[in-house]
Amino acid sequence: MSTSDEHGSALVACEGVGFAIGRRKLVDQATLELHPGRTTILVGPNGAGKSTLLKLLTGELQPSAGRISFDGEALAAVPGWRLASRRAVMAQQTRLAFPFTVYEVARLGVDGVGRRLPRGQREALIGQALSAAGVLDLAARSYQTLSGGEQQRVQFARALCQLEAGRGAGPSQALFLDEPIASLDLCHQLALLDMARSLASRGVAVLIVLHDLNLAVTYADELVIMDQGRIVARGAPAATLDDALLRQVFKVDLSLSRAPAPGLPFLLPQQHRAQSAA
Amino acid sequence: MTLAARPGELTALSSLAAFAAGRRRQGALAIVGVTLLCLMLAVVATGQGAVQIAPARVAGILMAKLSGHDELLIGRDALVVLNIRLPRVLLAMLIGAALAISGALMQGLFRNPLADPGLVGVSAGAGLAAAATIVLGDRLLAGTGFTLPFAALPVGAFCGGLVSTLALYLIATRQGRTSIATMLLAGVALGALAGSLTGLLAFISDDRQLRDLTFWSLGSLGGASWAKLVIVAPIVLPLLFAVPLLARGLNALMLGEAEAYHLGLPVQRIKGLAILLVALAVGASVATAGVIGFVGIVVPHLIRIAIGPDHRLLLPLSALGGATLLVGADIAARLIVAPAELPIGIVTAAVGAPFFLWLLLRRANHVDL
Repeated sequence: MSTSDEHGSALVACEGVGFAIGRRKLVDQATLELHPGRTTILVGPNGAGKSTLLKLLTGELQPSAGRISFDGEALAAVPGWRLASRRAVMAQQTRLAFPFTVYEVARLGVDGVGRRLPRGQREALIGQALSAAGVLDLAARSYQTLSGGEQQRVQFARALCQLEAGRGAGPSQALFLDEPIASLDLCHQLALLDMARSLASRGVAVLIVLHDLNLAVTYADELVIMDQGRIVARGAPAATLDDALLRQVFKVDLSLSRAPAPGLPFLLPQQHRAQSAA
Repeated sequence: MTLAARPGELTALSSLAAFAAGRRRQGALAIVGVTLLCLMLAVVATGQGAVQIAPARVAGILMAKLSGHDELLIGRDALVVLNIRLPRVLLAMLIGAALAISGALMQGLFRNPLADPGLVGVSAGAGLAAAATIVLGDRLLAGTGFTLPFAALPVGAFCGGLVSTLALYLIATRQGRTSIATMLLAGVALGALAGSLTGLLAFISDDRQLRDLTFWSLGSLGGASWAKLVIVAPIVLPLLFAVPLLARGLNALMLGEAEAYHLGLPVQRIKGLAILLVALAVGASVATAGVIGFVGIVVPHLIRIAIGPDHRLLLPLSALGGATLLVGADIAARLIVAPAELPIGIVTAAVGAPFFLWLLLRRANHVDL
């Protein structure tokens, strides 16, 4: 298996991976590598198989074809507790049946992975993660009473807790975010993506499923486009996107501008990109 | 690194530590408080009955027994306390704890505040086996010269609970994964089936058997004895110590099974263990005291409202609260129609059902299964 290319060895790699329910192939022949320090963004229309591919890469689903490896080992052979210290996952939406406080939800991130840390250190981790996700002031609130966007930020804080607690368990870590900004306002969208990029710059392999193509282009080191279960394009954003492909995949007429066209509202958030690149 | 730095965040970080410490203190206080309440009620319950014994006298007798001063244990009071009342109160505590902790376990497992062993047919399965033992046992043995042994009923009920839990688990498990939603629905169906079969048994039973059946289905601590305690305690006590080990797993399961797996927990093993523990607890309780409803739903709810849903506190507090509730209910069952006594299931259902309705009304906006 090729687990290395020009960016060094991949932390997560899949080759020819497929997942089928009955005869319907949700993911077909997917080959992908996630490298420490790089942000990979997965885009595609609804039902393209993005979330399914993410679930395959996190080990939540077992592939019906192909191979997936984590740090050179077969993913299925890595024990769950060891995997948990090396990668964190944030799902699209997480609802709770019981009124846990925001603090308790974030604490779940360190309860397992960080159980050997002294209590003071665990509490410090939780505080830092809540603060980084901008939900520290909600710590004593019941998670159930929060808005969808606030809940997403709390889940992000939980994932941050897990990564921090597992730091040192291995040479590198991975972070999987499935539509993490779907319910967020623009300010928090950018803030969360900035945060993900800064984790990448610290050596985390980041995979994000995203719908906003402008943001995807802005934040991706590598852009992966999926359609009908297959990866149809993969590479640096500028080289990967072209009009014909986008029209074919997304079934909309659109033209790609290299610069904002006069008279057309074209939102390209540049400020945050400039900051994190600096 | 900070997403949205706001003024005053540093003070918030230190107040977060105070918040966490406050929650811990609150939990410790609750455990001490409920333990004291349970012990007090137990002493009162031991003195209550046809022979009234003052709490101080009860405490004196218990202290004398515990400290080995057997020479002080003469007279009627000591006899009543040690041989009749004490096993009954201890049985009430054990069964109350077992029922409440099974309720908390099931609610955590199903991620559903309305789940209860009674709801998913575990109690019904145990009850069916008990009914079958009562009604069919004599007929099957008729002519063979054997009589039904004393232990047949509890053992039968126990097996019934275990079989129905196992059936539930097998129905809901495909390719090594257990669907909790399927299990809940299958449990309702199995419960209805067991209920109809129990009804059929009642239909073909004679008068004496019908009376036995009725009392069984209403629940009673009347037959408590040291012999019964010796059967129940070895099952329930280890369970009470094993269940808190599941607390972290159940907390993570609140996020969903996938998330719990991502957090590194052996989800399938946790589910299997929880189901086994519930079957053991409910089987043992139904076997010794019949079907006692609503303890498993009322107690964990009260604790969630008072302390919160963290299973590390919820599970031990449920056990203590269940013990307290059943001892209290037993006092009521013996006082209301003294010198006779009500089946305890009537008392718990009379208190539990209105409480359950109140819970539903209170959260009418968002009951989702």
